[in-house]
Amino acid sequence: MNFTLFDLKIIEYSFFITAILVIMIGLYGALVKKSLIKVVIGLSVFDSGINLLLISVGYITSGTAPIFSPALVKDMPLTLENIKKLSAGMVDPVPQALVLTAIVIGFGVTAVALSLVIRLYRHHQTLNIDEIKNLKW
Amino acid sequence: MKMKKILVISLLAVFGVYLTEALFKLDFGRQFFQQGVKDFYLVTTPMKLQVANVVTAIVVNFRGFDTLGEVTVLFLATTAMGSILYKGRHQLGERAVLFSGSRIVTTGSRLLFPAIILLGAYVFIHGHLTPGGGFQGGVIIATGFLLMLMAYADYSVSHIVLSVVESLAGITFATIGLLGMLHGGSFLQDFLPNGSLNDLLSGGIIPIIYIAVGFKVGAELTGLIYTALNEKD
Repeated sequence: MNFTLFDLKIIEYSFFITAILVIMIGLYGALVKKSLIKVVIGLSVFDSGINLLLISVGYITSGTAPIFSPALVKDMPLTLENIKKLSAGMVDPVPQALVLTAIVIGFGVTAVALSLVIRLYRHHQTLNIDEIKNLKW
Repeated sequence: MKMKKILVISLLAVFGVYLTEALFKLDFGRQFFQQGVKDFYLVTTPMKLQVANVVTAIVVNFRGFDTLGEVTVLFLATTAMGSILYKGRHQLGERAVLFSGSRIVTTGSRLLFPAIILLGAYVFIHGHLTPGGGFQGGVIIATGFLLMLMAYADYSVSHIVLSVVESLAGITFATIGLLGMLHGGSFLQDFLPNGSLNDLLSGGIIPIIYIAVGFKVGAELTGLIYTALNEKD
């Protein structure tokens, strides 16, 4: 078979590739689209891409969620060795906690941007950037 | 017009190629952060704090001050949206969406509304045991109110009640932080007994803070939806 190392890497790294594609799509929407609603949607998609990238950076192969649920712990006594054994198969919890913050901040940004869009629409009766003066690049 | 599109696409292509190349150099699926950080959180949380959900423990206990700032940012976003869309109180009550839903929609949403509120409360009360927490539960509660506001044209929530709930929840969060300080530690120091792993009443201050955050986020998001729906020219 003709599987090279590169092919396998593509499959393994598909999380990164997907996240980068989502980031690119979001940036494209934010930079090129004329409608202000579409610009805000682009920003939101850009946000999601960054969150996906951070989560996939924290992934560890065949790791589980970092939760010591009763089904996982069973009747094991909670000694240091047992916990170390359980936590070896868990993904990194730090990026997940960071992404939880990032989602909330992204939500706030989207809400404020949309309310500004509503105000602009009420003032100019249009959402097209080209027709709103002083708002072109 | 065409020029701009080509420019943006070439810029994004360069950016994407460099980002991909940089990320391909990382070992995907292997631990490439500093070895000790992840292990410290994963061992300390069940051993000392007796909390099952490590992400919750990081967000509320280890980085509790950061979460207070996050809640403040959300509050600021709500205030900013209200001040941008504010047009005078007397105009409130007239809805941008003026038609009511059909009988099926109204009856169905009246049936579903308590169940959605219950699910949201479950998610934020069990934040330290299962996936979820204050932010997620608050958002679920706000979706319940969104359903009611969309189904009924004359459904209204009281802004006064919302701000009272929001303020009380915020005061609870800050008071718990100050109590930790009085107890002889730093701000947001854990001062309650920890209990045992996977009990509902365990984890010290984490359940109390997450319940406060759940109420706060639910009230803020409901107020935000209500402001946006009642926006009028």
